[in-house]
Amino acid sequence: MFIHLKNVFYTYNLHMPFQTEALKSINIMIEKGEFIGIIGHTGCGKTTLLQLIDGLLEPTEGQILIDGIDIHKDRNKLKEVRKRIGLAFQYPENQFFEETIYKEIAFGPKNLGISDDKMKDMVKKALAMVGMDYYLYKDRSPFSLSGGEMRRVAIASILAIDPEVIILDEPTASLDAQSRDKLLALIKNLYQRYNRTIILVSHNMEIIAELTRRLIVMENGRILMDDTPRKIFQESIEKLESIGLSLPPVTNLMYKLKKIGKPVNSGILTVEEAKEEILKIVKKK
Amino acid sequence: MGLPNPAIKKGINTLIKFSNVTHFYNDGQENKITSLSEINFEIQKGDFIAIIGANGSGKSTLAKHINGLLLPSQGDVFVENYNTKDPENIWEIRKKIGMVFQNPDNQLVATTVEDDIAFGLENIGMEEEEMKERVDWALNIVDLNELRNSEPHLLSGGQKQKVVIAGALAMHTSYLVLDEPTSMLDPKGRKEVLEIIKRLNQEEKITIIYITQFMSEAAEFNKIILLDKGKIILSDYPKAIFKQVDLLIKLSLEIPQITKLARQLSENGLNIPTNILKEEEMMEYLCLYI
Repeated sequence: MFIHLKNVFYTYNLHMPFQTEALKSINIMIEKGEFIGIIGHTGCGKTTLLQLIDGLLEPTEGQILIDGIDIHKDRNKLKEVRKRIGLAFQYPENQFFEETIYKEIAFGPKNLGISDDKMKDMVKKALAMVGMDYYLYKDRSPFSLSGGEMRRVAIASILAIDPEVIILDEPTASLDAQSRDKLLALIKNLYQRYNRTIILVSHNMEIIAELTRRLIVMENGRILMDDTPRKIFQESIEKLESIGLSLPPVTNLMYKLKKIGKPVNSGILTVEEAKEEILKIVKKK
Repeated sequence: MGLPNPAIKKGINTLIKFSNVTHFYNDGQENKITSLSEINFEIQKGDFIAIIGANGSGKSTLAKHINGLLLPSQGDVFVENYNTKDPENIWEIRKKIGMVFQNPDNQLVATTVEDDIAFGLENIGMEEEEMKERVDWALNIVDLNELRNSEPHLLSGGQKQKVVIAGALAMHTSYLVLDEPTSMLDPKGRKEVLEIIKRLNQEEKITIIYITQFMSEAAEFNKIILLDKGKIILSDYPKAIFKQVDLLIKLSLEIPQITKLARQLSENGLNIPTNILKEEEMMEYLCLYI
């Protein structure tokens, strides 16, 4: 699946007193199998962008092309696209309403008219993908789960329809370190083993630096940068700081060491990389 | 049993006291679940305390005991010698203690910022002149004067939390209990809220009890109480708590990247303390080597 946003504008309350331009001249091409991070302040247009990609909103201007076809010109294409993209909003567990985990996850496939037999397989597979045992969990109430488990069930309910593109808006918010690490391992797995396209929105720069392969920085409804995280965290630090975005703490540490004349490489993305870099220099001395 | 906090001297300054507090609830299937177990601690006037713990460790249950939103199944909670169990005390206690929760949208009620801040005052039937004075004062403290006529739902997350805090201040509350107030905010909002509560503690002498699962936030406080499975397992200064990185990892707490790096470098033979929290400190040590 190839997604192309071509000169997209989006305005809320068009021709109304509270008209707000949320997105301006957005151009993005997303290839199959990419892992993209999106960062920017609250109100910079991230959520609007996600909803446009998912086909929930129609651009005020410009086109959204999926495999070359304008999804808003062709109702059938739009319907098909909605099946191939899974979007998990922030705190997706707030949308739980079924009595059992099985029913919660089956809700999506059921709406698509899937037969009961096939549905069972889909639910099973979705739970396996998030590392949860089908027989242990299927009859439990989704409301009886811990925060981390709830989040995984919410993501399983998106995986049930087997989307090619998975969009996650701040998936680790409010989770403790252990639940967060489990969820991140799961997302990594979806990317590496299942070869899904992942679009991840987060304020957590550590997660962005560690996981994503391409980073889009948004500011005031525009795309400010679109490059690899390494390049952005190495070459555009001052630009990031000027719009009030922070760096991952180890990235910042290495940058500051370099700034005071220490012979370190900047553009370090993880604790592991920082350790290697420091030990390399210590050994040289 | 919770360990006594070495930082707390027994004495007349004790303002909030948890005495052997245990809390259980029913899970709907006739299982009794213990969410707090034999909690003992004291809070003094002017304290600046963080309570940390993983999901499900009992942090929020503990917070709700402070102002009597929940009552102990066993043991007692005292606020300035008022027992939260006595229904006659509850309004006196709630006047003293302001609560701030995760999602500000659940706590904002009025159509303008100043009406929202005045809401509690109107409820206790305060005269208009004094009410206006207090609202002005509270708006000033949280730096929201210019937004006083704005609609709360149009504000940023950080600003919304500041409106909730101002509402509590207007009631002349002496304590603020904040239950993960930044978990739904972006980094900018997070910083705004932390700065304001630091100022409230230092300048207005308001006692702060701040619940979080971010170790990097907890590091900013004077004392930390560490909860796990409903029990207090440590209660100490941040530096002392951060020495026990292994324990913190085991309890599923978030370790700052800088602390993780210090630990890994120390394991590789560099002489760097493993409880470093801040970047500047790390720079000083690293400059000895590179």
